[in-house]
Amino acid sequence: MSSKTSKVALTRDDGKRLDGRADDELRPISIEAHVLNDADGSALVIWGKNKVVAGVFGPRECVPRHDQSPYRAVLRCRYNMAPFCSLEEHGRSGPSRRSQELSKVISEAFENVVIAESYPKTAIDVYIDILQSDGGTRCAALTAAAVALADAGIPMKDMLSAVAVGKVEGRLVLDLSKEEDNFGQSDNPMAFASRNGEVLLYQMDGLLTREEVKAGIEMGHKASREVLKLQLDALARVYEQPHETTVPLQLAPGQKFAPPQPA
Amino acid sequence: MSEIQDELKRDVLRNMLSQGRRADGRGNFDYRAIQIVKNPLQNAEGSALCHLGKTQVLCGVKVDLAMPFSDRPDEGVLSTGAEFSPLGSHTFEPGPPSRAAIELARVVDRGIRSSETIDLKALAIEGMDKVQAIYIDLWILDHDGNLFDASMLAAMAALQGTRMPKVEDKKLIRTESAGMLNPKVPVVSCTFAKVDERILIDPTMDEHKGIDGQLTIATTPEHVCAVQKSGWAAFSQKDILDLVDQSFSKAVELRRALD
Repeated sequence: MSSKTSKVALTRDDGKRLDGRADDELRPISIEAHVLNDADGSALVIWGKNKVVAGVFGPRECVPRHDQSPYRAVLRCRYNMAPFCSLEEHGRSGPSRRSQELSKVISEAFENVVIAESYPKTAIDVYIDILQSDGGTRCAALTAAAVALADAGIPMKDMLSAVAVGKVEGRLVLDLSKEEDNFGQSDNPMAFASRNGEVLLYQMDGLLTREEVKAGIEMGHKASREVLKLQLDALARVYEQPHETTVPLQLAPGQKFAPPQPA
Repeated sequence: MSEIQDELKRDVLRNMLSQGRRADGRGNFDYRAIQIVKNPLQNAEGSALCHLGKTQVLCGVKVDLAMPFSDRPDEGVLSTGAEFSPLGSHTFEPGPPSRAAIELARVVDRGIRSSETIDLKALAIEGMDKVQAIYIDLWILDHDGNLFDASMLAAMAALQGTRMPKVEDKKLIRTESAGMLNPKVPVVSCTFAKVDERILIDPTMDEHKGIDGQLTIATTPEHVCAVQKSGWAAFSQKDILDLVDQSFSKAVELRRALD
């Protein structure tokens, strides 16, 4: 991120990105809703190599009680990485400075859309586990959490869809891969409200001009519409083809889960 | 409120068992359906997802270089952890591992370690002070009872599918494989629950609420390799030997799911 001229080539000779994508192309994405039995709502998002599960509980009794609000449900999102999620060495789960920050901004993004006033003194808990990471986990996490909240039947004013835009070798590109995130010039994860396109989460690092910020947000908003379609399709399929509840972690990105037919 | 529900579930369980029935229609020594998905993850060196009825346990195996334990400088490191992810059950809370999570990890660790299914000596590296370390992490995605047996199956399946990265110039090269880990024997465990004087296998979450105690027995084809009794119920000496026999015969069925 720090160097303006990246040391690692991120563009192929044919002008495409390392994984063969065009600049405005998303990685293949699979979304499945209702993958857990005990959680009130849940979702699996496979986004390129990222594999993220979200589970929602609530509205339920809010403990500890000092977390309670007499006016609304408190929304508590927790972003957590499994120790085996990365290609590199064995990690440590539990709160790190990074995961604490992400948990905070993810919670706040959903506070805007969840109709929490209907459930005073309760808690809505959203747990997000990163089972495999490959750049862009927070966007996959937001996308999974939104589907899980809808699956749990939590009333929301709007759906939320997330995507990242970055700058690589001087060009704006959509949905940064891990290499592009590590060696590119800027990373801008963002989440949009589906109906009015308002920005519910926006983080940025690196260097961009004002024009690049404008173009980046437009690029992200356009792509978030594609993510939204996949989210809504996943929710519809829970009812169109009811099947046993399992986490189909083995799905290839872009593939839809085909439940085994009863013999 | 939930205490009342638990008490009612306990009553229902006892009533049904006294009529020789279980809520899901199983016999006392029947397992729920077992399905194992091998290597659903790509970043971990090995992984497996075990479905035991509605229980879902994911296991990830990572291989690293680490300092050996000072009293065993010529042996690799084996470490097992279990995370009761709060999305796996309304009873799990975020935070440091609970006593139950630590117990689960330690029982699975004992089964794998004492069976010597992993050759720890083979994980030492010639001419290097560091050794290879195998980290087994159990991730509970859905808790509908009997985490012991589901976790043991997930761990064993993940170890069977573990690719060892190449070691070159005292570094791990994860993009190149040095072959499979190849555990020597399949270890499986059988968990028996005791309710009054009755014994049943593979308890569900609802059944857990009504049971007085349980006995987990891990076996290789020839040996018993780990046992854990939990809960307040006492088992007679004869019961224990009968259940050892049972677990040897049930293990055949469980090992089939690993193939």
